[in-house]
Amino acid sequence: MGLWIELTYLAASVLFILGLKGLSHPETARRGMILAEVGMLLAIVGTLLHREIISYEWIIAGLIIGSLIGGAISIWVPMTAMPQRTALSHAFGALAASLVGVSEYYRHGTGELGTFKMTALSLEVLLGGITVTGSLMAFVKLQDWIRGTPITYRGQNVFNMSLFIVTVGMFGYLIYDPSVHVLFYVMAGLAFVFGVLLVLPIGAADMPVVMSLMNSYAGLAAAATGFAISNNVLIIAGTLDGFSGFILSILMCRAMNRSITNVLFGAFGAEVEASSAGAFGVMREVKAEDIAVQLAYAGQVTFVPGYGMATAQAQHAVRELANVLEARGVTVKYAIHPVAGRMPGHMNVLLAEANVPYSSLYDLEQINPEFSSTDVAVVIGANDVVNPDARDNPKSAIAGMPILDVDKARSVVVLKRGKGKGFAGIENPLFFKSNTGMLYGDAKASLIKLTEAVQHA
Amino acid sequence: MSTEVIIAGLYVFALAAFLGYQVISRVPPLLHTPLMSATNAISGISLVGSIVTAGAHYNTVSTWLGFIAVTASTINVVGGFMITDRMLRMFKRQPALKKNSAQEQERT
Repeated sequence: MGLWIELTYLAASVLFILGLKGLSHPETARRGMILAEVGMLLAIVGTLLHREIISYEWIIAGLIIGSLIGGAISIWVPMTAMPQRTALSHAFGALAASLVGVSEYYRHGTGELGTFKMTALSLEVLLGGITVTGSLMAFVKLQDWIRGTPITYRGQNVFNMSLFIVTVGMFGYLIYDPSVHVLFYVMAGLAFVFGVLLVLPIGAADMPVVMSLMNSYAGLAAAATGFAISNNVLIIAGTLDGFSGFILSILMCRAMNRSITNVLFGAFGAEVEASSAGAFGVMREVKAEDIAVQLAYAGQVTFVPGYGMATAQAQHAVRELANVLEARGVTVKYAIHPVAGRMPGHMNVLLAEANVPYSSLYDLEQINPEFSSTDVAVVIGANDVVNPDARDNPKSAIAGMPILDVDKARSVVVLKRGKGKGFAGIENPLFFKSNTGMLYGDAKASLIKLTEAVQHA
Repeated sequence: MSTEVIIAGLYVFALAAFLGYQVISRVPPLLHTPLMSATNAISGISLVGSIVTAGAHYNTVSTWLGFIAVTASTINVVGGFMITDRMLRMFKRQPALKKNSAQEQERT
């Protein structure tokens, strides 16, 4: 019997890898996911035959409740809330891993745990605990239940570091002597506290990095579970998840020209901006009708969406405007910055929801050379990712961050809620340029107005 | 735990890490959100550990922790795969039919 279970796990591992390989192209992605689903089903059925299981009532109850909750969330969650859902799912995954860890310790903790198993168990509970509360903090910030700006206090980094060192110290001692029960539970508790403290000082604009990191930790916690209960499919799936999150965090950091340390401990966007060169002049406010004329007679229009498009739920309105423009023979493209939005790929999913074909979505490297031949660039609720200061002003707080070169377009239209600064509190010289027009108001309302105006142009 | 088991586990970890790096660095930024939800669903495989914990009746505490863990990881597995599919269905190469887009409009 044991052999059959192991074989289902082997098959599941292979299918998971094939499934992820499918994600290298949108055409093959769905088929890949079906393979992964089959793998998961095999592994679950195999596990149900495990000889240590003596009754099924709790398993079945958990499977049913979990399926109902998971299914309900995934059917009803709006695409704009995808970052929140993902944060929650990291928390659930990590919760499962840390609970299995606690249960294993509770069961074996009287000295029969070897050094290796104890290391794996402690890592599992540590990473799991940090991820549960860290992701919940991210969820609360994304959901706007607490303000998204960094929450800082004097001596924060020192306090966090000391707590971290104490926790790691406990971890070390437990490996040396696993039988100190109190220490294990205190360590688990501290891991939960540390997760909150870690995410507290991180601003909402840095969420793509936090999401990726939590993704990585949740995976590594699952891999540690695999080591603790000697289960290879868990090691493989957890490692794949862990590395995926790790790669994404590196990509996100690179897209902001920041190090992970800086994101985690820099409390970016909290300090009052002092380095910008002061006022740049006046912002030119334009009327929707004037922009509509420009758009209607343009050769190429490039939309640059940011988080503002998500908050205004404006993706469908963008698509409507694009439809009208395309019907008039205008070439429409979409420029997607890697950290636009609150999680990796956020903007792509929203535009896909609005039926924008993915062949019109362009990455930073693809679209940047094209801005000089773009007639109108329409910036929808994006700010820092189009700030020319990042490229031109070495003193800027975001100096060196790769940006979309919208300022090179013949004219720029910025759809913005109000005259205030962007999220990071940094002045944006783009808004003061002579060829930039500002259209204030809710992005969705502005786009609808533009669409009507273009139809009459 | 015997040395062989430990070493075999570390081999699996190292190879999975390399393979994961190769496979995942080929995923285009376009699909990064579905990638995150897909890997999340896949790492819900910790369900198999939770199932044994919930069903083996080691002791009451373990059974309860196992039950919560089964629930949490099932949420991830079922929810993760369903939402990944929901997202992937939306990615289309050709401009979609006007009728579809009109329906989408009405819903929002």
